[in-house]
Amino acid sequence: MNLYAVKAIYKHEMDRTWRTLAQSIVSPVLSTSLYFIVFGSAIGSRMSDVDGIAYAAFLVPGLLMLSLLTQSVSNASFGIYFPRFLGTIFEILSAPVSTMEIVLGYVGAAATKSLIVGAIILVTSAFFVDLQIMHPFLMLTFLALTALTFSMLGFIIGIWADNFEKLQIVPLLIITPLTFLGGSFYSISMLPEFWQKVTLFNPVVYLVSGFRWSFYEVSDVNLWVCIGMTLFFLLVCIIGIYWIFKTGYRLKN
Amino acid sequence: MSAIISIKNLSKTYEGGFQALKDINLDINKGEIIALLGPNGAGKTTLISAICGIITPTEGTITVGGHDIQKDYRAARSMIGLVPQEMLIETFESVTGVMEFSRGLFGKGKDSEHVEKVLKSLSLWDKRNNKLMTLSGGMKRRVLIGKALAHEPDILFLDEPTAGVDVELRKEMWNTIRELREAGVTVILTTHYIEEAEEMADRIGVIDHGEIILVEDKKSLMQKMGEKNLKLHLKEKLNSIPESLANYNLQINADGLELLYSYDVQQEDTGITALLDHIEEAGIQYRDLETKQSSLEEIFVNLVKKS
Repeated sequence: MNLYAVKAIYKHEMDRTWRTLAQSIVSPVLSTSLYFIVFGSAIGSRMSDVDGIAYAAFLVPGLLMLSLLTQSVSNASFGIYFPRFLGTIFEILSAPVSTMEIVLGYVGAAATKSLIVGAIILVTSAFFVDLQIMHPFLMLTFLALTALTFSMLGFIIGIWADNFEKLQIVPLLIITPLTFLGGSFYSISMLPEFWQKVTLFNPVVYLVSGFRWSFYEVSDVNLWVCIGMTLFFLLVCIIGIYWIFKTGYRLKN
Repeated sequence: MSAIISIKNLSKTYEGGFQALKDINLDINKGEIIALLGPNGAGKTTLISAICGIITPTEGTITVGGHDIQKDYRAARSMIGLVPQEMLIETFESVTGVMEFSRGLFGKGKDSEHVEKVLKSLSLWDKRNNKLMTLSGGMKRRVLIGKALAHEPDILFLDEPTAGVDVELRKEMWNTIRELREAGVTVILTTHYIEEAEEMADRIGVIDHGEIILVEDKKSLMQKMGEKNLKLHLKEKLNSIPESLANYNLQINADGLELLYSYDVQQEDTGITALLDHIEEAGIQYRDLETKQSSLEEIFVNLVKKS
């Protein structure tokens, strides 16, 4: 295994994070803080508890998941799309590097960045709400698995996109609506019965529900179903990436 | 000399059906500089890309240092450094940053001494902490060479390395390439500049329409270049060559007003003086004479036209 290559790609990507600190870290923290101020403190104070939890506290897992998903996808998609756009991908394609090593470098860095953002948001939220995490190990597992899975999805999007518009389409038109409608800001039991069933087709529901259970032992869907679905999404992304490198899709002629 | 790169029956057909390479067979010897000449779209970059693993060949095999580029890609690619034709660099990075990145990609740990040596040889040491966006075009091109040399490759591909580089810098780069050859690096050069091939290469390959139409030692090509033509513009029409001039292998043009003599410029006795004496003795009068040397460029153009 070419560990030097993994380290080189990982470091290169992380260096970009430190160079663009405001965009990479400060911006998501600021936007999440605004969510807490507006929905948590201002509006949340006038709302009743959800599943026995104060609305502001109920928001924390959903907001964390929202940031984690969007950050993972955008970090990883940009990370691999940028060298394709510049043409510098030639160096990676001509280097003695395997698929797994390339993915480890790019996805590892994207997931790390998302986890850093997630950790900062978690700490920030402690300033706004009375935070409690009943199952911290499970919470960290969900956090890591989600960051990894959606970084892989971002990597696939970064390979698929052949212009900047496509790079934005999936995060903006698919991930964000799915996250908003996936129970980040409400319990799906608050929806009419029909929409509750429709919502179950939204994969984000399982991520948010499982993640919220690790905080408050409250969940819209059975915990094991959530864990199973999270692992299933991870498997789908692994297969997608394997196929990309097997066929050279959008990478090699 | 043993072949460090061996290409057998290599073909590449793109999805749209365009055949960029047609049954290429080529051995590149260890330690040589080979220049690949060819017009735009001839297949030079495709050939390099196939060897380096950037494109997948449709047919054929390539071995680098005895390692198959598909089955044993790690060993094969580790031996190669590639300088692309286009200026493909990340402008926000520093010079040493991109050098270390390249070194890491090729499975080598940090080596400040080697990086310093390469940067000094490319006159980039003073700029080591500069971001690439602050460098001139020539410096960026040298950074690309530096990146390709960062992992100490045995083989260096230079795809149009001096395109857009001024004459002085071009000569500096030629010296760098010569030094690399002296250090044992095999260099494969594609170029539009015939003089670059003349100056640098041990062998010259001409590629056109995806086919290699000639691979020849530069010295033998230079011998062809050494051929010179003496043209005599005659005062009166000549129908046939007189018996006394039969040994000179002269040619008369279609209208009989030009007499052509080919000779080897590298020979000590070109035979011109004796020929002119014999022409005078034969009573042939001429009003003007001119000599012309065929250049590698003409040889190249003729080869490409014929193909």
